[in-house]
Amino acid sequence: MNPVLNHILQFLLHHANLFRILPEVVLTLTGVLVMLLDATLPPHCARRPLGWVAAFGTMFALWASQFQLALPEGTGFYGTVETSAFTVFFHVLICGIVLVSLLLSLDTLPEGSHHQGEFYALIVFGAVGMCLLTGAVELLLVFIALEISSIATYILAGYRKHTARGPEAAIKYFLLGSFATAFLLYGVAMIFGATGTTQIYEIARAVPIAQNHAFILAGLGLMLVGILFKVSAVPFHVWTPDVYEGSPTPVVALMSTAPKAAAFALLLRVVYEMLPTLRPVWQPLLWVVAVLSMTVGNLAALRQQNVKRMLAYSAIAHAGYLLAAFAGLGTSGIAAASFYTAAYAAMNVGIFAVVTLVSGYDEKLPLISDYRGLIYRSPLLGSLLIFFLVSLIGIPFTGGFFGKFYSFFAAVGGGAIWLAILGLLNSGLAAAYYLRLVLITAQRPDPDAKSAPQQGSQIGVAVGAALLLAVAATLVLGIVPGDVLHAAESGAYTLEAPPAEINLPTYPASPQAQP
Amino acid sequence: MNQINQSILTLILLLPLAGAVLLALVPDRFKLPNWIALVTTLVTFGLTLHLPAHFDKAQSGFQYVIDIPWIKSPAIHYHVGVDGLSLWLVVLVGMLAPIGVVASWNAIQSRRKLFFALFLIQQTAMLGVFLSLDLMVYYGFWELSLVPMAILIAMYGRKDGPKAALKFFLFTFIPSAPLLIAILWLYTQTGSFDFTTLQIIIAHGNFPAGALFWAALAFLFAFAVKVPVFPLHGWLADTFCEAPVALAMVVAGKLGLFSMLRFHIGLFPVQARAVAPLLVGLAVAGILYGACLALVQRDFWRLMAFAALSHLSLITMGIYGLTLTGWDGAIYQILNHGVVDGALFLLLGILYDQYATSQINAYGGLAAKLPRTAMFFVIASLAMIGLPMLGSFIGEFLILVGTFTGVSKGWAIAATLGVILGAAYMLWLVQRLFFGPESALATSKPADDLRAGHLAVLWPLTALMLAMGLAPMLWLPTIEKGAHPPHAQAQTMNLLSQGEGQR
Repeated sequence: MNPVLNHILQFLLHHANLFRILPEVVLTLTGVLVMLLDATLPPHCARRPLGWVAAFGTMFALWASQFQLALPEGTGFYGTVETSAFTVFFHVLICGIVLVSLLLSLDTLPEGSHHQGEFYALIVFGAVGMCLLTGAVELLLVFIALEISSIATYILAGYRKHTARGPEAAIKYFLLGSFATAFLLYGVAMIFGATGTTQIYEIARAVPIAQNHAFILAGLGLMLVGILFKVSAVPFHVWTPDVYEGSPTPVVALMSTAPKAAAFALLLRVVYEMLPTLRPVWQPLLWVVAVLSMTVGNLAALRQQNVKRMLAYSAIAHAGYLLAAFAGLGTSGIAAASFYTAAYAAMNVGIFAVVTLVSGYDEKLPLISDYRGLIYRSPLLGSLLIFFLVSLIGIPFTGGFFGKFYSFFAAVGGGAIWLAILGLLNSGLAAAYYLRLVLITAQRPDPDAKSAPQQGSQIGVAVGAALLLAVAATLVLGIVPGDVLHAAESGAYTLEAPPAEINLPTYPASPQAQP
Repeated sequence: MNQINQSILTLILLLPLAGAVLLALVPDRFKLPNWIALVTTLVTFGLTLHLPAHFDKAQSGFQYVIDIPWIKSPAIHYHVGVDGLSLWLVVLVGMLAPIGVVASWNAIQSRRKLFFALFLIQQTAMLGVFLSLDLMVYYGFWELSLVPMAILIAMYGRKDGPKAALKFFLFTFIPSAPLLIAILWLYTQTGSFDFTTLQIIIAHGNFPAGALFWAALAFLFAFAVKVPVFPLHGWLADTFCEAPVALAMVVAGKLGLFSMLRFHIGLFPVQARAVAPLLVGLAVAGILYGACLALVQRDFWRLMAFAALSHLSLITMGIYGLTLTGWDGAIYQILNHGVVDGALFLLLGILYDQYATSQINAYGGLAAKLPRTAMFFVIASLAMIGLPMLGSFIGEFLILVGTFTGVSKGWAIAATLGVILGAAYMLWLVQRLFFGPESALATSKPADDLRAGHLAVLWPLTALMLAMGLAPMLWLPTIEKGAHPPHAQAQTMNLLSQGEGQR
């Protein structure tokens, strides 16, 4: 055998654990590199190239996630992280979102804005937490991952600290978010108390024979509070509109999608993998939360005048559509939820990118009425905005349609016909406010109004690439959803299948994993 | 040739889309977007003409079929095909598109690229509705057809575009939610979205009658709003007032009426039979109501809207009379209505572009200044009224005969009354626009009669109206083939013993 190849093979075998978290490693190194470069560059140097460094690092991480498919399915680091089709699906999704957000920030952060280098580093560090969250199969690691991703987003939310709304958003997000995380941790403690372990597979095995059933239920409830806060589902949604309104729009593009995707991955793991036996308990709960989220989100969105607040409530409604998939049985439910996460991410990142370009970083045009005649001022931005709104409405041949379609299809398959009917009625309701924005965009500009600020007709390379990626993803998910659905389904199988034996024998056994 | 037959439908569907993409890339200079749109629509029209040219009249069922698995789960196929029912409708859509481009040639001044791109997407969506044989694909095109229309109404509305667009969109979008649920329910029962498969399964399967009734009703409701059938016509007048001429031509009627024939009666013959008397009653109400309202309109777009309601209701009556004669007449009348409405809208659009008002009483005495416009308008109006030798006569006659002998003499007589009222409002419109003393408006502008481009469209249209009146047998045999789909035939024939006598 070729000695070099042999050497590489030896290395691989020796460091197999490291490959289980390869994307996270890549992202961490990227973040550290950006921080170091930021510190060493002289102050007058432009920080924009750091964004490119972060973007290339994320691209590499995306490739690394894809590469993980080649690994044998299993866990690493004493049964704390897992790589499977499921984790790879969400890793790729999160890296994709982060990449698009970075590209978007590259062109829209104003020249010479403060702490630009840290901005890119924080996005990348946030991505580390989100990726880790989808791969973690140990509740303590879940908690740590959640904190890593949350702290990064808390800071990013307050990045426009010269405005009144910026710090308000950050503090609100931080306080409420910390509470929610505390709930989650409390839930973990309860479950540990009842089962004696924090390893998800072990819990799944221990729950049916556990004595303290009440503790497990309490633990599930508390964990759900924490997770549903992160996905901004009713009744834990109150932070969403304020935070979205106050945060810089490129950050909203990120935090309305990537942490949500990670939190949904965690929710899938908790309910379908950790506590599948408690289905009679969590399913009605999620049913109610789904209906509440859709209805409250849509009704509130109808009354908004600010575009970002409207999109915030629409995000709440979309969390509801997504939760409808949890009424689905096993594989179909998981696959539908995963697919919806991807479809939602594609169109939401896209629409926030357009909103960033229209309103600008400083948001000179925050109101719906400011969008009047956008298609006449800037045909490209107007058309893109309409395209993403059409996808959010759920018109066929866009990702939004198949997302909703699979979600409600899963719900019908799980016997929740009424959930599907309520969901479809809700999407009719939602069409009204999306359409209002569509039509205002298409309306002739007001001849009396003072000449609206000319749109920056120049769309930079980076943001152009970001928009192109978002449009392509939305179209692909709407026209040829087969491949992505297949990936989501194979992810669902790995999550549904009885957990593989944790390959402990090769490592020193951890005290918890060995009863 | 075989090669072409196998892919012709895909070509027809993709060509307008390709044109739209090309439009997005070219600069908006000179008349470049207009020419690209014109060439694209003309080539598409040429391709649709390939269909009747190589259509095997002896064969029943679908031809030029393409059936490719598209999405594995749920099993959605890209399944398209034409039969006698859709054949000429596809050609009609193909033909109206270049007319729409001509009608927009000078009317659309700003954002022409966007206008024509969306117009072409609308074209694909409409063709897709007529061609799809898979319910999901059909639903996709059905929904897609709303979007460009709504955007263009909002963009180019004459007074309050966004409001009309919102009305139009929600009126059609909300009923399509039950349609989607019904389609999904059918899939969970049968495991198929395929039209022919579903037709066979529903005809022979044992479905719970109640659920099937509701599913059929969901289909019917969505289509009835789109036609529109009498109490559901709220969107029509505003849409006609605000929509650019090119889109007003294509919006009303065809999609809904065709869908009723193919997917409501075609899939649920028994259930359709159950609601048919109600539909005939509503249709007659619509004929009279539309005609009466058309008589009192002061705005010619609104007049056209209520006239359309009246004429489309007549076609609905022909469809739900459930007689074979009525169906032949209905399909033929959809074609006539498309041709005649195309010509009338083009002419009214030209008037509107020149005088910038749609108030009828502002006009008057234009015939002396615009003799050619007047001539074509009179011919088209006569065609609309149903003068013998012009196309509509044949269609209306077949529908009325079918209703008279097959359904009820009373309804037929009431509907005939509507036709007479139709003559009244159309002729009165002609009189108020073109004859009488010359109005201030008419004298205020120099005469600017039809241009060569308009004549190039209007002469063939007029010839077509005559041809359709004099030689209906060029069209009717294929239509008759389509009106009796093989599976539904056995069932409906049992149900319609009376309908058979007239053939």
